[in-house]
Amino acid sequence: MTTERARAGHALAPVPCYTGSELLAVMSARLLKDGQTVFAGVGIPLLAAILAQKTHAPGLTILFEGGVIGPFVEAGKLPPSTNEQRCTRRANMLVSITEVLLMLQRGYVDVGFMGGAQIDRFGNLNSSFIGDPADPKIRLPGTGGGNDIASLADMIVAMKHEKRRFVEKVDFITSPGFLDGSKTRAERGLPAGGMFRVVTDLGILGFDPDSRAMTVVALHPGVSAAAIQANTGFELPVPADVPTTEVPTPQELAILRELDPAQLYTA
Amino acid sequence: MAPLSYSDLRQRTRERDRSLRNKVTTLEDAVRLVQNGDHLAVGGCTASRTPFALIWALVRAQKQDLTVSRSITSTEGDIFYASGLSRHIITSWFSQGIVWGVSKVMRAYTESKRARFEEWSHMAMGLRYRAGAMGVPFMPMRSMLGSDVLGRVSGDTGPADAAFAAAKTMECPFTGETLLLVPALNPDVAIIHVQRCDAYGNAQLDGLTFMDIDIAMAANRVILTTERVVSNEQIRRHPDQTKIGFFTVDAVVEVPFGCAPHECYGLYEPFYSHMDLYAQMTARDPEAGAAAYLERFYHEPKDWADYLSRIGMAELLDAQRRGSGIYDD
Repeated sequence: MTTERARAGHALAPVPCYTGSELLAVMSARLLKDGQTVFAGVGIPLLAAILAQKTHAPGLTILFEGGVIGPFVEAGKLPPSTNEQRCTRRANMLVSITEVLLMLQRGYVDVGFMGGAQIDRFGNLNSSFIGDPADPKIRLPGTGGGNDIASLADMIVAMKHEKRRFVEKVDFITSPGFLDGSKTRAERGLPAGGMFRVVTDLGILGFDPDSRAMTVVALHPGVSAAAIQANTGFELPVPADVPTTEVPTPQELAILRELDPAQLYTA
Repeated sequence: MAPLSYSDLRQRTRERDRSLRNKVTTLEDAVRLVQNGDHLAVGGCTASRTPFALIWALVRAQKQDLTVSRSITSTEGDIFYASGLSRHIITSWFSQGIVWGVSKVMRAYTESKRARFEEWSHMAMGLRYRAGAMGVPFMPMRSMLGSDVLGRVSGDTGPADAAFAAAKTMECPFTGETLLLVPALNPDVAIIHVQRCDAYGNAQLDGLTFMDIDIAMAANRVILTTERVVSNEQIRRHPDQTKIGFFTVDAVVEVPFGCAPHECYGLYEPFYSHMDLYAQMTARDPEAGAAAYLERFYHEPKDWADYLSRIGMAELLDAQRRGSGIYDD
């Protein structure tokens, strides 16, 4: 599907083929800036952070909630969780989980980076319950470090753009976005951080500075305003002059495929 | 699980034998320190340094009604539910691991309300143990505020998930800011697996320490399992590496591969094929699958070596080959 989309947008240019997950990783990587400190989970967030390091952000520092600061991830040996020894090899520093989260609270982390099962108009994320939390249809694994990271850092969320995931109101707020919008986040005691961008396979989303409601920042090639709205469970404004993102470059794709040759996270 | 008063906490510490004495014992004897109904804190995190040999011994001793707490919970949480050891787990995340998807066993027990998964933020778990370790009743923190994770454990929204240990917000008396206060955890017993310790319980931890040092300090009793019991002379050569002091420790059990099928830093990685087998066995019928798994790997083995041999020599060598390469180029 993505390939078709890329073809439609770039009929005359050489056409790179890529998966939806690769698109997420590339678009997320481009949002990271050199010199930032990033809390990354395994999967797309970690791939994106490493890709950023290998392209435009060599001075980016990655943190894992397991207590790893500055990990060195080897191609083909991606860690299955942020709490296993594979994350630590040739890292700069190891601390306890509590210490690394306190560094986050102290303000040493710029960007948090994660996914979720559901997201709503104000960027609230759910990874705890599908259905009524008192009588759930599905009990999900829960927050892990997600609540702490979303409470204390600027967030980039990478997830598939589906109507059942982009809902009017999440069933349970596991990790806070802008809560009820406007200034409610600060009023409830979260003065720092907040949602920065949501990267999907259809586009890049941001939040209105006043209402804190989700808006479209850019669309991926071949995606129309109607298409992104059709895959979203709430009203998603698309500015008339919305820009189109640049497709992943062969170099970006080559780096991702070297990191994850078995396509564990990018299939 | 009402919070202990400070004088009760001190009294329990005073009553313990904190002398420098040989504490080496067997798994079977060590689990006698755990009483039905206790709050048991489990060291390690996800599939790392899980004290599985001791959990195995607790299942075999048919302990029940434990309230279990842990930083992040993996397959050992399924074992707690399925064996009846615990119907109440306090943690921040609970599943086998991201690559295996949502735990079917956890889902089966929690969705039918036969077991509780009390969810706190990861930092809240860490600070609750730290408050316990510091001998204070709570710690202030700046996350969980505004989320439904807080609503559930404070009883403000939805069903209260923590009968006694509700979190509370406060206005800071110095700055006027809103802060969250999370109550101390002082487990009755902590079980922690380490790479090496001496017979007194001076434990040296390699690599990731997770929340284990706070857990050991917070608990009223500590059982260490260790890959190797080493001499006190060896400990004294590198006292900076001693992370858990003997005075907190009540029992030491030497158990090679004591985290199998999870990992022990620098020695072995998770036994991935066995973790796949477990996921397969519990995929279709989680309860029957977990029961069959418990029978084959917990009840039938005649001892820990037999358990390891049932997991298999090839698995063990593979995990060791992957795990011991961490310092190699």
